[in-house]
Amino acid sequence: MTQDPNARSEIEPTEVGANAAETGERRLTEEHSPETPDTYGSHEIGIEDLDFATLAEQGHTATELDPDAPAVLTVDNLKMYFPVKSSGVVRRTIGHVQAVDGISFEVPKGGSLGLVGESGCGKSTTGRLITRLYKPTGGSMMFDGQDLAKLSSREMKPLRRDVQMIFQDPYTSLNPRHTVGSIVGAPLEVHDIVPKNQVLKRVQELLEVVGLNPEHYNRYPNEFSGGQRQRIGIARALTLNPKVLVADEPVSALDVSIQAQVVNLLQDIQAEFDVAFLFIAHDLAIVRHFCPEVAVMYLGKIVEIGDRETIYGKPHHPYTQALLSAVPDVKQAAVGGRRERIRLEGDVPSPINPPSGCRFRTRCQFAQEICAKVEPPLLQIGKRHKVACHFAGELGSHPATPITTELLGVDDQGSPVPGATPTNTQHTIPGYEKTWYDLRTKQTTGV
Amino acid sequence: MTSVPMTQSSAADRDAHDGPYLQVEDLKVTFPTQDGPVTAVQGLTYSVEKGKTLGIVGESGSGKSVSSMAVMGLHDAKSAQISGSIRVGGTEVVGLSESKMRDLRGNSMAMIFQDALAALHPFYKIGGQLEEAYLVHHSSASKRDARRKAIEMLDRVGIPQPDRRVDDFPHQFSGGMRQRAMIAMGLINDPSLLIADEPTTALDVTVQAQILDLLQDLQREFNSAVIIITHDLGVIAEMADDVLVMYAGRCVEYGTTKQILTAPEMPYTWGLLSSIPDVSASTDARLIPIPGNPPSLLRPPSGCSFHPRCVHSDKVPGDLCSTQLPELLPASSGTAHLKRCHLADPVGVYQSEVLPEIAPELVDELSEETR
Repeated sequence: MTQDPNARSEIEPTEVGANAAETGERRLTEEHSPETPDTYGSHEIGIEDLDFATLAEQGHTATELDPDAPAVLTVDNLKMYFPVKSSGVVRRTIGHVQAVDGISFEVPKGGSLGLVGESGCGKSTTGRLITRLYKPTGGSMMFDGQDLAKLSSREMKPLRRDVQMIFQDPYTSLNPRHTVGSIVGAPLEVHDIVPKNQVLKRVQELLEVVGLNPEHYNRYPNEFSGGQRQRIGIARALTLNPKVLVADEPVSALDVSIQAQVVNLLQDIQAEFDVAFLFIAHDLAIVRHFCPEVAVMYLGKIVEIGDRETIYGKPHHPYTQALLSAVPDVKQAAVGGRRERIRLEGDVPSPINPPSGCRFRTRCQFAQEICAKVEPPLLQIGKRHKVACHFAGELGSHPATPITTELLGVDDQGSPVPGATPTNTQHTIPGYEKTWYDLRTKQTTGV
Repeated sequence: MTSVPMTQSSAADRDAHDGPYLQVEDLKVTFPTQDGPVTAVQGLTYSVEKGKTLGIVGESGSGKSVSSMAVMGLHDAKSAQISGSIRVGGTEVVGLSESKMRDLRGNSMAMIFQDALAALHPFYKIGGQLEEAYLVHHSSASKRDARRKAIEMLDRVGIPQPDRRVDDFPHQFSGGMRQRAMIAMGLINDPSLLIADEPTTALDVTVQAQILDLLQDLQREFNSAVIIITHDLGVIAEMADDVLVMYAGRCVEYGTTKQILTAPEMPYTWGLLSSIPDVSASTDARLIPIPGNPPSLLRPPSGCSFHPRCVHSDKVPGDLCSTQLPELLPASSGTAHLKRCHLADPVGVYQSEVLPEIAPELVDELSEETR
């Protein structure tokens, strides 16, 4: 992220009214001028300076888990129901889209939690709830001793500094009529953090952090490529030194070769500023690289959550297994042909009227009667592993009888057993307990 | 649905030639723009046999879509200058009249696109759009035949209750179903060549797997030649027989999928492999981006067009990389494997430098093999 200061271009800041032809012409001549490492002319900074070893050094390996990190954000039983209105003059509420229905998790300080799932599973809604772009229907989001879910817009304002968002599409998330300087500097003015004459200095610092030329504060978003625009979006999110960043599909709109640049930048930022990430993506490989902890969502609920090794190595929920087996694998080239995969039939059911009991049962190959009757609790079955399935087990060794009967006080068909005392309720704590339910011994064990 | 001159080219006609079904030779596509001519594709040569799949990979702007649109004859003859040769089933397509092209398009060759919602007309029913595709090439068929064919195709691509869904509009279909409907439309005339331009990029992994399964089943059934354009190397690994890597309008590496993905010899291909994490890779593998951005084709770099972003050009003596365009020459692993690079010992560099960083677990395997 360093650059030769002498190599910066000598372009004067553009006038606001500069016409398009001028801008276009200037861009053409600049494409091959020595500028930031991110522009077309990167060779000018000297390919001799950038050999493979140095480049590899800058690339990161997968982020590691810090098991002792305290939680910076604790989400408990979070719910978001969007009303569905009838057509006609009197628009009555005729139902609710249960976009997010009672999810609980923790984001560790300076760590990252990945949120994966198919489109429509509520992962983006979760991101928008945490940044309070929506007001949740129920549940709590504890951050810094305050419940974000209950605060009014006015009370929320000072906290918005600490929770910021990076958006998916760098082409629509930047105002085309504002310069980069005003886009990145706007949060400083809104929150009145630094005096007006200091804003530019801070903006230039930020541009440097994200690997852009600080001299470019006067340019418009259209003068940058997709990867550079995403860097501008990241700079804006960093402006107020947030403690939590919600990254909603931050790289999926970028070219393959650019994705890695941005992922590495996010890892640099995390290490440097100790920011916690809620990383929302549908690309399971990117999530695996970036997040030591992953939650899998299906139809508004978390079906499995755990550390990277467990979720990717020995997933216990049939949905996680299906999701992972669907990912095309580059290593298959050595073998040839397609991998054996679990076929999921059909589409995700409507969240307006979700299936009873377990929401995945309509597409699950292990579904039995109990699945339609009783909703499986998100049960902790390992040190850092929770799963919501009556027949949870590693691929190929799913149990024949439900594992949850004793805990829920029901028989194998899901009917309540008279006189039984259910020990587990539907609700689980956001973090992990010291003890958990061991699948093999069918008993609660601990460390 | 205008009066298209009907020459019902029978299947026997189409098969009456030898060699690969699609042969592209020295293709060059140039567009005049305000800022000067842009050569989007040049010197491109490849062939696809029936029953085989060619994967084309590259970044946006590398010419992968432009080249396949040239095959389909979708470029505006007034603005695009196409030279070279494209032979589809023995018929030369470059310079073919629009009416002759219409006979081929949709009949012998078909294309499916990335964004099914944009590719289907929002105003017409799915069934109507499928019927139109059928009727255009079967002038003697009745509307009832066409409707029966449409329902049959929807059923074939796995749409539930096809006799009812045939009267739905595109917006009533989910993303995966729309993609299926488009595949049904592409295949309704049993084309021998199917070009899939990023067919699954906008879809979820589970739906993507369904669509890829479907494409493979259909290919087996109709024995068609398939071109898959994608930037997902995982899709390439599982679907393609051969791979063509494109950069700045040129082919930079060409070979079988195994050769390209396990023993690549061109630094750009290394860059692609190292910039994508893999779901099953070791967590010690580094994510190494390709520095810089794709070049502007208005002023392509001198010499090898990848040299401004190449981190291995220091291993080539002198300024060969920036002055001389490397030829597409056979690589060390066999004559079918072609690469465009000046590096003298690419295998050595890949195994000793690149592989330990991007796939440490494979290095152990390699050393075990040599032992």
